[in-house]
Amino acid sequence: MESLGIRFTELLIWFPLVAGLICFIIRDERKSRNWAMLASLLTLAVSITSLFYPGNKELNGYTYGFEWLKSIGSSYSVALDGMGRLLTFLTAIAFPIIFAATSKTTYKNANAFYGLMLLMQCGLMGVFCSMDALLFYFFWELALIPAYFLCSRWGGERRIQATFKFFVYTFTGSLLMLVGIISVYLHTSGTASSEHTFNINAFYAVANMLKPGEQNWLFWLFFIAFAIKMPIFPFHTWQPDTYEQAPTATTMVLSGVMVKMGLFAVVRWLLPVFPQAVLKFDNIIIALSVIGMIYASLIAIKQDDLKRFAAYSSIAHIGLMCAALFTVKQVGVQGVMIQMFSHGINIIGLWIVIDLIEKQTGTRKISMLGGIAHKAPGLTILLVVIALANIALPLTNAFVGEFMMFTGLFKFNVWFTAIAGLSIILAAVYTLNMVQKVFYGEANSLVAGMTDISMGQKMVLATILILIFVAGVYPKPFFDMTNEVVTNVLTRFIK
Amino acid sequence: MGVVMMLVGAFVKDQRLPKYLAMAGLTIILAANCLELHDGFPFKIFQFDVKEMLLVNSRNLIFLTVIFFCTLLYFMLNGRDIEKVGSSVSEYFALIFFVLCGVSIAATFNTLLMLFLGIEIISIPLYILTASDKRNLKSNEAGLKYFLMGAFSTGIMLMGIAFLYGGNEMGTFYISQMHLGIGKMPPMIAIGLVLLLISMSFKVSAAPFHFWTPDVYDGAPTVFTSFMATIVKVAAFFAFVRLFENSFGTIQPQWQTLIIIITAATLLIGNLTAVFQQSVKRMLAYSSIAQAGFMLLAIFALNDMAKEGLLLYAAAYSLASIGLFAILVRMKDYTIDGFNGLAKEQPVLALTATVFLLSLTGIPLTAGFQAKFFMLMAAIQNNTLTGHHTWLVILAVLCAAISAYYYFRIIQAMYFKESNDPEGQVWDVPNSFKTLLIITAVLIIGLGVLPHKLTDWLWYDARFN
Repeated sequence: MESLGIRFTELLIWFPLVAGLICFIIRDERKSRNWAMLASLLTLAVSITSLFYPGNKELNGYTYGFEWLKSIGSSYSVALDGMGRLLTFLTAIAFPIIFAATSKTTYKNANAFYGLMLLMQCGLMGVFCSMDALLFYFFWELALIPAYFLCSRWGGERRIQATFKFFVYTFTGSLLMLVGIISVYLHTSGTASSEHTFNINAFYAVANMLKPGEQNWLFWLFFIAFAIKMPIFPFHTWQPDTYEQAPTATTMVLSGVMVKMGLFAVVRWLLPVFPQAVLKFDNIIIALSVIGMIYASLIAIKQDDLKRFAAYSSIAHIGLMCAALFTVKQVGVQGVMIQMFSHGINIIGLWIVIDLIEKQTGTRKISMLGGIAHKAPGLTILLVVIALANIALPLTNAFVGEFMMFTGLFKFNVWFTAIAGLSIILAAVYTLNMVQKVFYGEANSLVAGMTDISMGQKMVLATILILIFVAGVYPKPFFDMTNEVVTNVLTRFIK
Repeated sequence: MGVVMMLVGAFVKDQRLPKYLAMAGLTIILAANCLELHDGFPFKIFQFDVKEMLLVNSRNLIFLTVIFFCTLLYFMLNGRDIEKVGSSVSEYFALIFFVLCGVSIAATFNTLLMLFLGIEIISIPLYILTASDKRNLKSNEAGLKYFLMGAFSTGIMLMGIAFLYGGNEMGTFYISQMHLGIGKMPPMIAIGLVLLLISMSFKVSAAPFHFWTPDVYDGAPTVFTSFMATIVKVAAFFAFVRLFENSFGTIQPQWQTLIIIITAATLLIGNLTAVFQQSVKRMLAYSSIAQAGFMLLAIFALNDMAKEGLLLYAAAYSLASIGLFAILVRMKDYTIDGFNGLAKEQPVLALTATVFLLSLTGIPLTAGFQAKFFMLMAAIQNNTLTGHHTWLVILAVLCAAISAYYYFRIIQAMYFKESNDPEGQVWDVPNSFKTLLIITAVLIIGLGVLPHKLTDWLWYDARFN
């Protein structure tokens, strides 16, 4: 059993890498697409199987490690705990959906495109499994580089500037985090072979040794890196541009999975390592998040471009998740866990619909569209469900998460909750407004030529719907999965 | 000493077939170095009676091995282009060997006199190499400029040495015997130290003594720029660190502030100016100043981690820059626009250039990351022991982020822009050249994934010395 567990983690991380490298060699476009699809499905299969092995009762679940940089005490150690399992599952399921949904898109040098996508998957998986700070940093960057190339090579008109902004932002954040990692590292107690170590447990142990002053500035070094990734107001300016300019398949990965890296990292590396600083700055962080929520919602109402619309709506949702994390209340953090998954699924669904519309009509302008419901009833039904999930209606997956997050926030501070609550109303305004303008009303000339979606596309969207409802009606498995991790993290805050 | 061999090598080469002889000579030196490092080998090749003026230990030898290896690679990549520069091919090779001889002395010096000799033997051939493109006005101007500035710094260095000689109680040139004591610094020593600091900063082109660098690097024939910017610079750094570690290590608090100012200025000026360059060659000149800023962190920190980091940095930076310059030599157009669309025409060149650039930026999985990582670690470690200079580390990190800007501009040009020259921008590229580039790139990635191959060697040595 134990050895089997090891294989899961290994497979999840390295299979996409190998598959991606193979993909570079395949010259033929169709073949490389099929290969990427097959590879991602295999990864999904591994991931699903791993869900059925709940792991032993130890903190880290499956761990595995060997000395990597012995002299400085960094080891290749990976593990799948509950939270890791949830997010690797999200990553694993996102890629086949994305590949299937965009299979009609043709790319120049398709092999390189799919290869880079799979490399990115490798990086993401690695981030979610790393139990060593240096290894974590490696994968964190490994996920970024393919994203940079994907966006700059296959993106929209202004892709180069937009991607550059994205890259410089995140790279700066990462480097600050690196300084933070090294500083914490130098406080860790060592092992037999080295003075200090990058192991996660050693990092957790440092928490009580750091002086409050040190905790404070180290906290910000880490937080800025994560905040840029999430993104949290005021570090969000790269995000709408990048989402708009990136090729849709990459945007789906960025918004569906990659931004979760930031949230995930807060739970794994920030909360447990700097508990005092977290308690000290929680008001500031939550205030920033709430400002971001309202601000992004207001902008989303005004957006005319569907992609930018989805980008701002995403900022608003992420803001809520971040705020809930920093309440450090059990119910709130649990809500974030399930919401990370739900938001990933929902936003990917939203992008798929936007992509379908753009493919058929050639525009993303809300003002130029209208009356799609007459032409494509199937698409409309699917979209409406996704849109409702986006505003967290009961029975959808997002409701569970948002409800819990708001409960957590309420326990923390009523006023923040009240202001954040406004964003629900705003979300309803902008989402329904969009649905109304794009799908109902008179069909215009652009829309007249539209046909309903094909069977394959229906299947993809139906999968998403199933996920939305299953998680909405029966979220218990998700809670069970992450409960232990959350409890472990939060026990550090109980005095 | 390797010196002898190199001198012999230099004279023999004045006849025919200079290139191959040079490579062969280097290979022999490399092999000798490795054998010397290997414990099991019965003879100690470099055991001459030098009255302890030179100090040969494993760290110095490893450093020299790295240097020689890089030079060998440099010869292999650029051999043909060196031949193209002018008619007196054999002299070029001979001069390069003289420089290497100087590098060996500078890396192993044990007295201030030897340091001075080493630095001079490095510098004088370089003046000639810089001006070797005789018909090019810029090359001549650069040579003259370099010579005048270099002469000044040499004078300053000598003066510094004289002050130190007179100022220390033991009246000795031996760096390990000066016993400057802890906490106090008599004015004579202080003056000597500052003068030495200035001249060494000049040699490694640290701000504010960097003004010669862009002009000289730009004016010199590109092949020699490559040599100067990598191997020579790294060697000067090694000497710099050894000097400050062994003679002034005990009075570090007194001069640390100076180093901090120099480091910060170098990082800022190098990076910010590089951003505005249009010519890749000039950009690389400024980027070399910027990288020097990072290496200065080693002098700031001056602990074991820093020395190890410097070695990694030397290897990583030299490999990547040599590769990049080698590609640059083949380009017709040195502006960034000249790189437009390279990926389509020469995928191998573009791919390897990307690896080099990523390494210079310090992206994980490349040697450049490990190097920067060790430097940062050293600096932070020093921080936790002595005062609070966290801002310097943060500044360094932000500068690294700025450097991403100008390095990535080249990547963008190669991959995401269309070529504007229908005939292609590159001269002929033989297959052997491509293979070598790929080997270099693989080495960089190899060092990035498993840097301990190099560092373990050092730790091993640290335990036995």
